[in-house]
Amino acid sequence: MDQLDLARWQFGITTVYHYIFVPLTIGLSALTATLETAYVRTGKEHYKRAAKFWGKLFLINFAIGVATGLVQEFQFGMAWSDYSRYVGDVFGAPLAIEALLAFFLESTFLGLWIFGWDRLPRWVHAACMWIVAVGTMLSAYFILAANSWMQHPVGYRINPESGRAELTDFVAVLTNSTLLSAFPHVLFACFMTGAALMIGVSAWHLSRRRHVEVMRPSFKLASWVMLVAAVGVVLSGDMQARIMTEQQPMKMAAAEALYDTVAPASFSIFTVGSLDGGDEILSIRVPRLLSFMATGTWDGEVEGINDVQREERAQYGEGDYRPIVPVTYWSFRLMIGFGLLAAVVAAGLLALTGPPGRWIRKLWPRRLRPSDGETVPRWVWRAAVWAIPLPILGNSFGWIFTEMGRQPWVVYGMLRTADGVSPSVPASTVSLSLTVFTLLYAVLGVIEFRLLRTYAKAGPEAPAPARDPDDDGPDDGDDGHRPDAGENADESAERQLAFAY
Amino acid sequence: MELTTVWFVVLAFLWTGYFFLEGFDFGVGALLPVLGRNDTERRVLINTIGPVWDGNEVWVVAAVGATFAAFPEWYATLLSAFYLPMLLILVALIVRALAFEYRGKRVDPTWQRRWDRCIVFGSVVPAFAWGFVFGNLLAGLPIGADKEFVGSLADLFTVAGLLGGLTTLTLFLLHGAVFLALKTTGEVRVRARALAGRILLAAVPVTAVTLAAAGQESWAISAAAIVALVAAGVANARGREGWAFLGTGAAIVLATATLFVLLFPAVAPSSLADANSLTTTNAAATPYTLSIMSWAALAFTPLVLLYQGWTYWVFRKRIGVRDIPPAAGAALTRVAQ
Repeated sequence: MDQLDLARWQFGITTVYHYIFVPLTIGLSALTATLETAYVRTGKEHYKRAAKFWGKLFLINFAIGVATGLVQEFQFGMAWSDYSRYVGDVFGAPLAIEALLAFFLESTFLGLWIFGWDRLPRWVHAACMWIVAVGTMLSAYFILAANSWMQHPVGYRINPESGRAELTDFVAVLTNSTLLSAFPHVLFACFMTGAALMIGVSAWHLSRRRHVEVMRPSFKLASWVMLVAAVGVVLSGDMQARIMTEQQPMKMAAAEALYDTVAPASFSIFTVGSLDGGDEILSIRVPRLLSFMATGTWDGEVEGINDVQREERAQYGEGDYRPIVPVTYWSFRLMIGFGLLAAVVAAGLLALTGPPGRWIRKLWPRRLRPSDGETVPRWVWRAAVWAIPLPILGNSFGWIFTEMGRQPWVVYGMLRTADGVSPSVPASTVSLSLTVFTLLYAVLGVIEFRLLRTYAKAGPEAPAPARDPDDDGPDDGDDGHRPDAGENADESAERQLAFAY
Repeated sequence: MELTTVWFVVLAFLWTGYFFLEGFDFGVGALLPVLGRNDTERRVLINTIGPVWDGNEVWVVAAVGATFAAFPEWYATLLSAFYLPMLLILVALIVRALAFEYRGKRVDPTWQRRWDRCIVFGSVVPAFAWGFVFGNLLAGLPIGADKEFVGSLADLFTVAGLLGGLTTLTLFLLHGAVFLALKTTGEVRVRARALAGRILLAAVPVTAVTLAAAGQESWAISAAAIVALVAAGVANARGREGWAFLGTGAAIVLATATLFVLLFPAVAPSSLADANSLTTTNAAATPYTLSIMSWAALAFTPLVLLYQGWTYWVFRKRIGVRDIPPAAGAALTRVAQ
C-alpha cells in the first residue's frame, strides 16, 4: 500500500469509529435533557433516576467520542497537509468556529452537569444538559458545513497566483444547499441512534419486569422519537438524493451501479452478478423508483456512470472519475436498509404497546400471546434489544457511501484525494499511526462496549428514601438528613459530593 | 495593527490559556501516584480537576482549529512536520480522557491501577511533548522553499526540543502541585505543598536556562517569568496557596509569551534559509477569512471566558478524603447481589 492508501484507510477507520459515538451522544443528550426536564416540571423521582441513568450511558459514550474527535482535527494537518494548504482558507473557519462555539459549550456545561447534582438549582442543572445538547447539534452543523463544502464547493474563488481556494462568501458556505439537506438528515439519524439505544435497554429491563417505573416512560419517549426521527430521515434523505443527483451525478449513478443513462430508471434492491452492468444473474428491482429518488418524477432520466465519466473527462481532463462501484452500491443499500428496519421496529413496537396492540393481540396464536399482566409477549421485548445497532450501522454505511462516492475527489471537481496527502510524511510513518490508532481503538472499543453493557444491565439507582439523594456508603459521616429532599447544597464540609470520579 | 498580527496574538492567547489551564491538569495527573497514597486520595486528586479538565482541553482544540483557519500553511507545516510527536500526544490525550471517565466505573484494583497508569502517561507525555514541539519550532525547522518540512524525525531531537520539553514538564508539575495545595484539604494538601517546594528547585534552573537559551530580545519577560516562579516559591513556603498558584500561573503565561514574542513575525522559522520561513503574512489566510474569524472570536470568546469562569466559581470548594462518596462501580456490585 502506498502512502495515499494508508492515509485514506486511516481517515476512514478513525472517522467511522468516531462516528459510532457521535450520534449516540447527540441523541442521548437531548433525550436525557427531556427526561430531566420532566423531573423538574413534575418533581417525580423516577424521572430523575431516568435522567441519571441515561446520563451515565451518555457519558460513557461521550468520553470516547471526545477522545477520538481530537484525532479528526489534527489529522488534516498531519496526513493531508496539501489538502489543508489548498483549502484551509475556506475549510478552517467552520472547524475553528465549531471549537469556539460548540466544544467549549459542551465540555464546560457537561462538567457542570456531572458534578453539579447537589450544587445547582434543579432547573439550572437541567438547563446544563440542554446546553450540552444544543452544543452537540451546533458541532454537527459546523462540521457538516465543512463536509458539505467538500461535496459541493461554494462561496470561494481560486486565487490565480497561489492556485488555492479562497473564501469569498462565508454565508454561502453556511447556507450551502448540500448542508441544508445533510444537516437535518444527519440530525434525525442521530436521534434515531440515541432512541434505539434507549428502546433496546428499556426493553431489556421491561422483559424482566425490572425498573418498570423508569423504563416505561423511557421506552415510550424513545419509541416516539425514533418514529418521528425516522420519518425525518426519509424526507430529508429524499431531498438530499435530489440535490446529490444535481451536484454529484457520478455519486448517484454509482449508488445504483447504473452504467448507461436511462429513463425511467428502476431501483435494484438486490443484485447478484457483475457490477459493471454486464450480466445479471439475479436482480430484484422496483420499477421507476430510482427516477423518483433522483429527480422527483416517476419517469425522470438518470445519468449513467459512463456518461458522467465522459462529461467529467471533457471538463477536468484525462483520468478515471469513477468511485469504487461495489462499495457505493452496497453502502447505499445498507444505509437505507438498516434505517428502514430501525423505523419498522419503532413503528411495530409502538403499535404493539399502544392501542392497536389490543386488537392485534386477539389475532395472535396462543403460543405467542402475552401472559397475564403483560401488554406484549416477552419475545417482543427481547427482539427490541436488537434495535440498538441498526441506526449505528445505517450511519456508518451512510458516511462510507457519501465519502467513497465522492472519490477520486476530496473536494468535488476541485482537488483530487491523491493531491491532498502530506508530501513530507513517509508511508512508513502513516502505516505506524494507522496501526497504532487501529489497535488502540479496537481495545478501547471492547472496553467501552463491556462497560456500556454492564451499566445498561445494572439499571438505574435504587429509588432514594425520602431524604437526600446521595448513595449512603458503608461509612458513617451522616449529618442528620433533613426529611425533605432538598436539592440545593448545604455548605457543610461533612457532606459527600453527590457525584465524583 | 494588521489582522495577521491580531491573529498571531489571538493564537498566542489560546496557547497561553491552554498551558495555564491544562497545565495544572497535566500536573495533577502526573503527580497522581506521588501524592495519592491510596485509592481515595487518588480520587481526591482527580476530582479537583474533574469538572474542568475537559473544558480546559478544548483550548487546544480551539488553538489548533484557529491555526487552521487563520494560518493554514502554519497548520499544515506544523502538524505534518511533527507527525510522530502529535501521534504520541493524541494517544496520550485519548487514554487520559477515558481514564478519568472509566477508572471509577468498576471496583477492581487492577482496573483502577491500569487507568491510573493511563492518567500518568496521558499527563506526562503531552506536558513534555508540547514543550518539545514549541522548542523545536522556535529553534527553526528544516523547511524547504515550498513551505514543506524536508527533514526527518532525527532532525527533531535537538537540545532546543529537549529544553522546551523539560521546561513545560517541570512548570506543569509545579503548577499542578500548587493547584492541589489550593484545592484540597488534609494530608494531600500538606504533601502537595511540600512537593511543590521540591519541584521548584528543578523548575527555576530549567526554566532560566531555557529562556536564556531561547533569546535575549525578550529578556524582560523572561526575567519576569523567573521572578514569578521565585515569588510562587516564597508564597508556597508561607502557605499562601492562592498567591503561589497565581505565581506559577504567571510564570507559565510569561514563558509562553516569551515563546511567541521571539517567534514573531515568523510562525515557523526555517533553519535552511530565511526566505523559506513561514511568517504571519505568507502563512496567513485571506483578509476576508481573518475578518470573519475576528467577528466570531469577538462575539464568543468573552462568553466562553464567562461561563468557564463560572464553572470554577461553582466548584470553588476544597475537597478532601471525607468528600469522596463510594465509587460509581460500588453501586454495581450491590446490584449484582
